[in-house]
Amino acid sequence: MLFFSYFKDLVGREVTVELKNDLAIRGTLHSVDQYLNIKLENTRVVDQDKYPHMLSVRNCFIRGSVVRYVQLPPEGVDIELLHDATRREARGG
Amino acid sequence: MSWAGPEDIYLSTSLASYLDKKLLVLLRDGRKLMGTLRSFDQFANAVLEGACERVIVGDLYCDIPLGLYVIRGENVVLIGELDLEREELPEHMTRVSTEEIKRAQKAEREASDLKGTMRKRMEFLDFD
Repeated sequence: MLFFSYFKDLVGREVTVELKNDLAIRGTLHSVDQYLNIKLENTRVVDQDKYPHMLSVRNCFIRGSVVRYVQLPPEGVDIELLHDATRREARGG
Repeated sequence: MSWAGPEDIYLSTSLASYLDKKLLVLLRDGRKLMGTLRSFDQFANAVLEGACERVIVGDLYCDIPLGLYVIRGENVVLIGELDLEREELPEHMTRVSTEEIKRAQKAEREASDLKGTMRKRMEFLDFD
C-alpha cells in the first residue's frame, strides 16, 4: 500500500509515465488506484512525431501493469518520509 | 465494494467517466482500436461498440471497421479519450483504402525483414 499512498500524494503534480513499449507520456496526475493504474490529464507524448495517433488524446487511463517508470518532480520526493514509511511498513504497522 | 456515485467517478481512476465516449485503446501488440466504451471491469476488460482498427504506415492511415469488440484487459496498454475538437491526426497524413494500407503494411514488413537479414549477415563486422 506504500506506493499507492505515495502516488495518491502526488495527485495534481506533473509527471512523465514511461511505458514498457517505450511510449513516454507527460501529464498531470489525476488519480491512481490500488493496481497503480494511472489517469493523466492534459497529456502530451514526449516523442510526438513517432506516435501521431496520440495527438488528439488529452486525458488517458494507463494500465498499471504496462508502466515501466514514473518520473516525478524533484520536490515530490521526500526521502526521509519514504524511508520512515518503509520501516513502518516492514515492521507491519 | 460499493458503486461509485455519479459525483465521484470523475475523481476516481475508474473508467466510468469514459463510458459512452469515443476512445482510443492502445493494445500490447501495438494495435490501435477506436470505438465507444460501453462496459468495463476492474481488469480493464472493455467492450467497444463500433470499433475500428487504425492502421498507420508512414504518412498513410486507414480505419478498418471491426464491429463490437470485447477486449481482454491484460492486452490493454492505454485508454485515451479522443478530443473531437482537435485534429485527430497531423495534416500531412492521408487516408487510404483498406487494400492500399494492407499493401503498405506488407511492404514495410518486408523492408524490416530485409534489414534484419542484412544485419545478421553483417554481424561478423561487429559494429553496433
